[in-house]
Amino acid sequence: MMKTDFRREPLHIAILAGLLILGFFLPDWMRFLLQTALAGGLVALGVALQMRAGLVNFGQGLYYVLGGYAVGMLAAKAGITDVFLLLIAAIAIATVAGVVLGLLLSRYREIFYAMLSLAVSMILYGLLVKAAWLGSTDGFNIPAVTYLGWTPDRTVRPDVYYITTAVLTVLACLATARYLTSGAGMLCEAVAENEIRLEYLGASSRKVAFIAIVVAAALSGLGGGLFAMSTGHVDPLMTNWTTSGGFVFVALLAGRGSTIAPVIGFFLLELVRTYALDFAPNAWQMILGSVMLAVILLLPNGLWSLTEWRRKA
Amino acid sequence: MTDPILVTENLEKRFGGVVAASEISLSLYPGETVAVIGSNGAGKTTFVNMVTGYLKPSAGAIRFRGRDITGSTPRKTAQAGIRRSFQISQIFPQLTVLENVMMADIAAADGKGGLWGAALTKPRMDRGRAVLERFGLESHADTEVGTLPQGVKKQLDIAMAAIDDPALILLDEPTSGVSVDEKIEMMDRVIDPLKGGGATLLFIEHDMDIVTRFAERTVAFYEGRILADGPTDEVLVDKEVKRYVIGGVHA
Repeated sequence: MMKTDFRREPLHIAILAGLLILGFFLPDWMRFLLQTALAGGLVALGVALQMRAGLVNFGQGLYYVLGGYAVGMLAAKAGITDVFLLLIAAIAIATVAGVVLGLLLSRYREIFYAMLSLAVSMILYGLLVKAAWLGSTDGFNIPAVTYLGWTPDRTVRPDVYYITTAVLTVLACLATARYLTSGAGMLCEAVAENEIRLEYLGASSRKVAFIAIVVAAALSGLGGGLFAMSTGHVDPLMTNWTTSGGFVFVALLAGRGSTIAPVIGFFLLELVRTYALDFAPNAWQMILGSVMLAVILLLPNGLWSLTEWRRKA
Repeated sequence: MTDPILVTENLEKRFGGVVAASEISLSLYPGETVAVIGSNGAGKTTFVNMVTGYLKPSAGAIRFRGRDITGSTPRKTAQAGIRRSFQISQIFPQLTVLENVMMADIAAADGKGGLWGAALTKPRMDRGRAVLERFGLESHADTEVGTLPQGVKKQLDIAMAAIDDPALILLDEPTSGVSVDEKIEMMDRVIDPLKGGGATLLFIEHDMDIVTRFAERTVAFYEGRILADGPTDEVLVDKEVKRYVIGGVHA
């Protein structure tokens, strides 16, 4: 069985949209957590897309930080504050990076792809840490964004930012679902399973992998841009290996069954992290680790497999 | 006579000092069914690998439909209309039989810029189901391939090579791994559907009963060279073929 039932995707995304509307009834702190988790969830989705082709990207934070810094530098240094321009720039720069790195990395598989992607992301981390004019390890703050000339008031700003993030997340999931039902998206599983056969059928497995890398880069750039807008701050940690590793964890834990799985999964991880930190400040990583271990042992195909198990039964 | 669909001229393949194939000059004509026989290491698979672009010939030329394809790649030869099946079935083990055929059909669209549209269209699904029916695989349509018996896997491997109606199909030992009693039945099940698509067929085979039954022409390989090439009934009684090829198999 294919790992993804693409044709049910519109339903899944509608459910996500419903849940995000419910987000309005969450306490402010939790809604903000959800908002930043959506941004990170898009990056985890990008990691999951590559996993379908057998590529584990341990440096997806690279595109996340590029999207974030694009928004930050344009807003703080160049004075461009229009949210649409900023986010388009975030997607564009991440996509360009995805094209360049994709051309280089799409020929590698397995541990070689994982390590090379990690290496490139850490080179960028090193450069950003050294860049004093970008605040080095502290990063820098970003002014409030505007909507076609309108600057949301401090009182409504959280609502406006949340709506922006939620709407764009849903649109990004829809675009991803469209990609998944295309030939390029479907063939990812063939790349993971048997590249030689795929070539002998007349398709380029490198091209299929390349497209997955670029789509993932665009999603992650948007995620980084939304994160920068939401928190009003960016720093090099966005491309540290710990951040990238978190995306891989979420992609694994949530499963690749749906575009919304990593997005929701990232929020659940953030929730567990928050409560674990509250509940046991010295042992939270242990709690997090136990949850991960339990999911990996009991649900090897990720949390999403719960929904499929019910459907089969 | 019509123009040959595939011509190889003095093909040679060396691996260091080892000569795996040399002076292989062969022409295949449209609609033919040709068997390739020879003991292990005679250069049969090397020949198929060179024609499909998996191995680059050390010397010689390959022309397909009049176009030079020497030193091409598996993808480009596949797009040009040459497909193959494998001695050890090369399939997508975690997908179902129907999904395997779908993947083959989508892959065939790559060369025509067809990767962007919605993949699971109605015509494609119909086409996939029709292929399964042609090859008698429809009862397995929704079974995960990894769990199927060897014979069915090989059948699927061959069916996937027939997707997109290629002009030339090369079958590398279609009956290997299939039990003796089922070999002929297996060939019966695949040869007619393959011929129905109008393809020229070349198959590598060790079982002389099958060669006699299904191939009108036979090419015998021995130590990397062509020992004999002609109508099957003549080649199989050839003295040298009997001594070096058939004797070698049955001894």
